[in-house]
Amino acid sequence: MASFSLLITKPSFDAQDAYSAYRFAVAALKLQHRLKGIFFYQAGVHNSNAFQTGHSDELNLHQKWLALAKTHNVPLLVCVTAANRRGIINQQDAVELDIEHFNLSAPFTEVGLGDLVELLNASDRVLQF
Amino acid sequence: MKASTHTSIALVNKTAPYGQANGQESLDLALAAGSFGQDLSLFFIEDGVFQLLAKQAPACIEVKNYSKTFAALEFYDIEHIYVCSDSLKARNLEPKNLCIELEVLSKKDLQQRLSQHQHILSF
Repeated sequence: MASFSLLITKPSFDAQDAYSAYRFAVAALKLQHRLKGIFFYQAGVHNSNAFQTGHSDELNLHQKWLALAKTHNVPLLVCVTAANRRGIINQQDAVELDIEHFNLSAPFTEVGLGDLVELLNASDRVLQF
Repeated sequence: MKASTHTSIALVNKTAPYGQANGQESLDLALAAGSFGQDLSLFFIEDGVFQLLAKQAPACIEVKNYSKTFAALEFYDIEHIYVCSDSLKARNLEPKNLCIELEVLSKKDLQQRLSQHQHILSF
């Protein structure tokens, strides 16, 4: 069994990349590989935005990530700088910046790029989507 | 390659600066990895070579000139920086047009060097 991590740099809706990452994650876990973590960087941070409310008969990848994290206890790590640049903030930041709403919450976690470096060091393979 | 207990990481930069945020966010990651003492190499290929041009003046489009930070890479112990000579030539550029000194490799040598890294991330 190998240990994998995923780096997702593409958004949830505009392109298929992030969905492909999700499919890979499900397949890897099914084969009992270890998934050390999923890191969302660049436009990939849009996957963590809880304000994604598409049509009910369409795929909601945000919800898929939540279910995956809950079922398999996979860390969902979001680069705080990349997220804040793209309008994605957690409750603490919203309070500090005097912004009424927040759209990032557990199991998605705001982290720094150092956490990505640690994830790379802890993984046999890293796949970027 | 210098000895390291860390895995080796290659960041491949292949897009021009400013039109997309790739270059800036790749550099952010490079600085973070550098401050972790990571065994890190930077590669500039295709339109990514434009990121290295000297005398950039993006203030006219209200963007920060992040290319100034390339000069600071050595202070983060990031010494393995490579640019593709084929990509330079295809864009009528020469190493003297670039803002830092770095190793110029042919596409073939660059591919060989890239294959020595455990993790390859692309921007």
